[in-house]
Amino acid sequence: MYFFRPDQISYKMILKHRNIFSSFWGARIFIVVSILISSLLLTSFSADTDEPSSDKLGVQVPPPPFSEDIFPCSDCHDEEQPTNPNRRELEEEHEDLVLKHDEENRWCLDCHSPIDRDSLRLANGTHIGFEVSYKLCGQCHGPKLRDWKAGVHGKRTGSWNGAKQYLLCAHCHNPHQPAFKPITPLPAPFRPSEIRLNK
Amino acid sequence: MTDKHTPKTTTKACSRRSFLKTAGKALPAVPLLSMQTEAGFLERFFQKNFKELSTREKDQIVKRLEQEYEKEYGKKFTVGAEPALKGVQFAYALDLSRCIGCRKCVYGCVTENNLSIDPQIHWIRVLEMDEEEGVNLHNATPYYNHKKVPAEGKAYMPVQCQHCRNAPCTKVCPVQATWLDDDGIVVIDYDWCIGCRYCIAACPYGARHFNWAKPKPKREGINTNTHYLGNRPRMKGVVEKCTFCVQRTRKGKYPACVEACPVGARKFGNLLDPESEVSYILKHKRVFILKEELNTQPKFYYFYG
Repeated sequence: MYFFRPDQISYKMILKHRNIFSSFWGARIFIVVSILISSLLLTSFSADTDEPSSDKLGVQVPPPPFSEDIFPCSDCHDEEQPTNPNRRELEEEHEDLVLKHDEENRWCLDCHSPIDRDSLRLANGTHIGFEVSYKLCGQCHGPKLRDWKAGVHGKRTGSWNGAKQYLLCAHCHNPHQPAFKPITPLPAPFRPSEIRLNK
Repeated sequence: MTDKHTPKTTTKACSRRSFLKTAGKALPAVPLLSMQTEAGFLERFFQKNFKELSTREKDQIVKRLEQEYEKEYGKKFTVGAEPALKGVQFAYALDLSRCIGCRKCVYGCVTENNLSIDPQIHWIRVLEMDEEEGVNLHNATPYYNHKKVPAEGKAYMPVQCQHCRNAPCTKVCPVQATWLDDDGIVVIDYDWCIGCRYCIAACPYGARHFNWAKPKPKREGINTNTHYLGNRPRMKGVVEKCTFCVQRTRKGKYPACVEACPVGARKFGNLLDPESEVSYILKHKRVFILKEELNTQPKFYYFYG
């Protein structure tokens, strides 16, 4: 009996065909193909009826909040960087990342795909783009995702009866440390006794 | 009897009447002569309540105000006079579990609505209270001053005009200078307000503010997109308050405080639209209104998301 998870299948397939990507032109072709696939994914996303109902009203989501020069991840995580699937403390790269988000039970490759670093991976193995990362968050935070889709959780700007702009979960919550960081408040109002009228 | 009295009364009445007649004719000329320097004085003096103005009269007033403001601030102003939207009941919902007390809404409102910097007027007050006690207005203060918010063990509750359906402020106004408009916004005609401040005494939310001195908004960066009933520059001696940013919302935009809130705690929309965010909140969340026992019936809902 063999139990294949979809990601294992594709992982093996890629391992099998990795020689294709090792050549110069092979890498170019891979990039072009991946761009085509991601654009297809994007168009299918906007047509998806499962998306927030306000999409019909023209909800716009800004691009995901990547750190500077970090995306695409495949720039570094290429075929010369084989994936080490063992859970460990990172020492060479990303050592500044501290996971404080159910870190007892999870680590990098629970959300980031070990096969395609430019994608996220759902618990069922489905790969999704960073621009729909809310699907990943919604796996655990279901009620919050529901509220977000209704426009009740999270910030919406724009028009109350027309086009709106959403933010992704990651725009406000650092996915690695989602706890809210306190901010500096704006100045307190004057007490009435402090207000002097200039005649 | 009539014979006896007729000659006497006619002579008397004639002289009084003729005096009043000439005086009545001359009276309008007095302010005309003495106030010649102040343009538009007569128009302003005889200007009717906003509710009674015809479209043509509104256009004239708007044009006059735009000229006045341009002269004072050196910038081109637009003064809108859009009427209440049809089929709309504006309502507000505020998620108390999100609010962090950063006061970004307060200052977003100041900028959008040209609020006076000196003397200071804020339409929104953010109250800080102990988290453990829940909403307890007796132990609430707007004057908290922490380095970082949210402060440990504290909860925050912004309060502004609640746009009551049964608004006490509009009932006590002796001249009907403030009223609940058809789209659910409580508005003030600043030109009609006599400054008696009855409404301030009547409002249980402290939402109304009086211009004790000539308000001085920030001159650079003054918002020139205004509404007659909203954020147009006010004068000394009138009352002002939150208008749900009437100059924005009647054009379909969110109020400035909604856009300023960094945590998305502020929600705004049309109660009559079942798809709107506020309708969703009323349907799916436990909401409460402030001082329900006073039967003011606010359209400003607080909830815990």
